[in-house]
Amino acid sequence: MTKADATPVLELTGIGKEFGAIRALHDVDMQVFPGEVVGLMGDNGAGKSTLVKIIAGNFRPTHGEMRFAGSAVHFNRPVDARAVGIEVVYQDLALSDNLTAAANVFLGRELKRKFGPLALLDHKAMAARALELFGELRSETRPDDLVKQMSGGQRQAVAIARTRLSNARLVMMDEPTAAISVRQVEQVLGLIHRLKEQGVAVMLISHRMPDVFAVCDRVIVMRRGEKRADKPIHETSPEEVTALITGAKEAA
Amino acid sequence: MAMPMESPITFSNVGKIRWWQRGIFASQTGYVLLALAVLLVIMHFASPYFFTEGNMQNVAKNFSFIAIATLGVTFVIITGGIDLSVGSMMCFSAMITSMVMTELSAPGSPLVHMAADGKTVLANVPGLILLVSILAGLGVALIAGLVNGFCIAVLGLSPFVTTLGMLSIVRGLGYVVSNGRGSFPGGPDADYFYALTSGDVLGVPVPFIYLVVLALTMAVVLHHTSFGRHVFALGGNEKAAELTGIPVVRVKIEVYVICALAAGLQGIIISGWLGSAPANMATSYELNVIAAAVIGGANLAGGIGGPLGAIVGCVLLEVIRNGLVLAQVSSYWQQTLVGVIIILAVLVDRIRSRMT
Repeated sequence: MTKADATPVLELTGIGKEFGAIRALHDVDMQVFPGEVVGLMGDNGAGKSTLVKIIAGNFRPTHGEMRFAGSAVHFNRPVDARAVGIEVVYQDLALSDNLTAAANVFLGRELKRKFGPLALLDHKAMAARALELFGELRSETRPDDLVKQMSGGQRQAVAIARTRLSNARLVMMDEPTAAISVRQVEQVLGLIHRLKEQGVAVMLISHRMPDVFAVCDRVIVMRRGEKRADKPIHETSPEEVTALITGAKEAA
Repeated sequence: MAMPMESPITFSNVGKIRWWQRGIFASQTGYVLLALAVLLVIMHFASPYFFTEGNMQNVAKNFSFIAIATLGVTFVIITGGIDLSVGSMMCFSAMITSMVMTELSAPGSPLVHMAADGKTVLANVPGLILLVSILAGLGVALIAGLVNGFCIAVLGLSPFVTTLGMLSIVRGLGYVVSNGRGSFPGGPDADYFYALTSGDVLGVPVPFIYLVVLALTMAVVLHHTSFGRHVFALGGNEKAAELTGIPVVRVKIEVYVICALAAGLQGIIISGWLGSAPANMATSYELNVIAAAVIGGANLAGGIGGPLGAIVGCVLLEVIRNGLVLAQVSSYWQQTLVGVIIILAVLVDRIRSRMT
């Protein structure tokens, strides 16, 4: 990964956010490059989720500038962020249990076929494309199975397949490994590798140190609304990151 | 895409769900349908009158009288909502329709201009009064549906409370506009009106024909349009639906409007059969309608339901009612039995979903 000559897919400069008198974020600079997996770590209340919500378009930053693939962006709603190519995989995955995997992948952007004045769903094309995406992610998931009947790993695959559908260039994953079994964690980390191989930038928000160290290229540590560290993963250690999160070490 | 698709995945440890474990075979609708079939066979042996043409027509007509409203309320139930105002809505739409019909036909009415021949202008075009009055009846349903939808989707009020309020508001308005007396379809188009609501085509009652057409339309809408997909998604996980960019507010308002329109249409049809729209018409029908939907497999928690289930629920209720009459059991038992069936249907579904 040669970073110097590539344009960062996401570049934040001096991002700050205040909620009334509370300063949730202060002067955060960061860059994320294509095909890079960045771990975002920090204790509860450190500002991680505020940062994610700003990037995803849920909040507008009070200060600072956000550039996506080189051009300045301002998101008013999550839809705006999605339109440029930022997708979020939520912790609870935001799937509809009563629908099939394919229906979930295409939810809100169904493929249709015209029958005169009617536009009816193109079930076959959606199933075929979903199967292709699951194949790319190497997940054993059948497009026609209900999400209700799926394992945690398969659900992650469905949620991630949704981001692949829109050709997202930055995928933010909120605690993807928090509530699933060990074997499924392995699958999810595999999914992250697949995204990386395809040149997608991934931001992994996680509390689980082993997962971050297994899959990330770089780790960013937040504490009290500020960025305290931004290091390639091989130049740091779980001990140092823990110290940075807890405040035992101020910055690195 | 006619070629069978080459699967890029080999499934080593994910089994395939068997056909009898999915779709209708694994649904409450499926086994309630089975129970209905068994019941029909029992009825056939219990009473020689059951399968006569007259009785079948009767059954078809009677269940059609709540089934159209049940289709509408099924939409709402799939999204995880409820509409208690359907009974009142039926009455109010029917009442407005017959009042407008009578009013537009009356020569002295201040609402209409007189033509040269002393009739109202509208009356000179056959069927125009009928059309206008039915549109008026559906129009008030549309407004009530919009208000329901607005309160629930935009203001965030609970569907139960909102529609409970609407039940009372609409019933009250019915008493206000009619002074509690009810109204009768009248004027030159009344015959068309009766033909369209309680007539029959080749021995098939027209309400049954409307029902079949509407149910087929509903099946296509639910399973083959993105609106239908969004209705299911909303019932499955509302937050997910919102995050994926589904226009949640619009879809919600739309289902309440559909429900109110279905109830309005149902009321107009019933008034044609009754020959009047009394102010206490269809009182507590909302309970029959919701019961039929739930027996047929619509899940009040949202996400599950469909037109077949709605119809199966209505048929089951009607066959039981009809059967009790034919078996000369006191009709007072009917309500009790319906209650037992509601609980049984939901209970069996619970046991089944625990087992798999």
